[in-house]
Amino acid sequence: MTSLYDEVQTPTEGVPTRRITVVVNGEKRTVDVEPRLLLAHLLRQGLQLTGTHIGCDTTSCGACTVLFDGRPVKSCTMLAVQADGHEVETVEGMASASELHPVQEGFKQEHGLQCGYCTPGMMLTSKALLERNPNPTEDDVRWALSGNLCRCTGYQNIVKSVLWAAEKMRAEQGEDA
Amino acid sequence: MYPSRFAYEAPTSIDEAIALLDAGGGEAKVLSGGQSLIPMLKLRFASPATIVDINNIPDLDYHRVDAEGNLHIGALCRHVDLEQSTTLADTHPTLAAAAELVADPIVRSRGTFVGSVCHADPQGDWAATMVAQGGYIVAQGPNGRRKIDIREFVLGPFVTALAYNEVAVEAVIPGAKGTPRGSYLKLERRVGDFATASVAVSLDMDGDVVRRAGCALAGVGGRTIDANDAISCLEGKTLTEDSIDQASDAVAAVAEPRTDHRGSDAYKRHIVQTFVKRILTNLARTEQKAA
Repeated sequence: MTSLYDEVQTPTEGVPTRRITVVVNGEKRTVDVEPRLLLAHLLRQGLQLTGTHIGCDTTSCGACTVLFDGRPVKSCTMLAVQADGHEVETVEGMASASELHPVQEGFKQEHGLQCGYCTPGMMLTSKALLERNPNPTEDDVRWALSGNLCRCTGYQNIVKSVLWAAEKMRAEQGEDA
Repeated sequence: MYPSRFAYEAPTSIDEAIALLDAGGGEAKVLSGGQSLIPMLKLRFASPATIVDINNIPDLDYHRVDAEGNLHIGALCRHVDLEQSTTLADTHPTLAAAAELVADPIVRSRGTFVGSVCHADPQGDWAATMVAQGGYIVAQGPNGRRKIDIREFVLGPFVTALAYNEVAVEAVIPGAKGTPRGSYLKLERRVGDFATASVAVSLDMDGDVVRRAGCALAGVGGRTIDANDAISCLEGKTLTEDSIDQASDAVAAVAEPRTDHRGSDAYKRHIVQTFVKRILTNLARTEQKAA
């Protein structure tokens, strides 16, 4: 079966492509893309980073959320060419070689996922929140995650996971100080 | 879902963007935050021949208040910039209240204020706040800049007074003459849904007397509803139970709601009346506390 990505990216006579350079998870990647290629498809098929999920494909669910220059964006609602010269972080960039990011650890500790489909988007939105606000209230967390839909958990454990991560990150900051 | 093919241009100056739009002859479209345009491209409701992406034009992401108190919002100022602004609530409380209710948090980190106004969705939050406060869009084209009053800017659903070769470079919203008071309330079935009904109220207060009252509605008509005349009955008065009742009835009367899956026309009109009353009653309490 031909994927949408293949269909769009197959060189076609008379259809120009653009060479873009994007820093993805700290690594410079240079690719040729047709302008209508969506960022989500570049990440998933072009760069084989399948941790970014595509849910609704209509800017509603937040499953495809990635960090674009540190801010959460829906990668199904951006063109890949728009990432030229910018930094993108996906779920694959969260953990270091042997260590989970505190947000990932929080989701593990507090059982913040069931099917896992929304989880990469949830975690990236949470990471951006905690970078901006290290000491969020439960309300702050719910508000920040209100653009990410989950059909399994009822959100309770997701909120607990983020608060767990916040506490851990604050403790780590304290140790450093 | 995929957009149909388009030529992609990423100008680095406004003049270059205008030249591209001009050459496009009406088949070129500006892309700013893209949170409405890209979904429309994917659904193929829109299929422009050329996309002119203005995101690489420097120095358009500002919002600042000038010496006269007017708020200037550049074409690339994102919703989140306004939501996180530390000064907006003091100078333009109606906008500050709306900032955190636009779409959802992820859309807010990409979408822009000016782009939202230019999209001219009858459900749009920002157009309603602008109509309630007055203000204008600065459009720049091959012949220079012109100001378009917000009430003459939106011509109908998704239609504005912008010419095909003009870029909306900034929105300007006047400051209050007196103490700025106001708020924005929206009823939505879930975060990010279109408004069932929403109300923007903006008051300029002189002590406890209303000097100027402005109001606009979204979601209850085929366009942003201008309710400034309706709420002007408050001008010269204090906020009392009687004046508030009179104003909320007058505003509800100018709504043009239609029954749909979000509710009946009578229900939506009732929401409008309730929201106007709630905003004004809360403001009256704030005034009393301040006194």
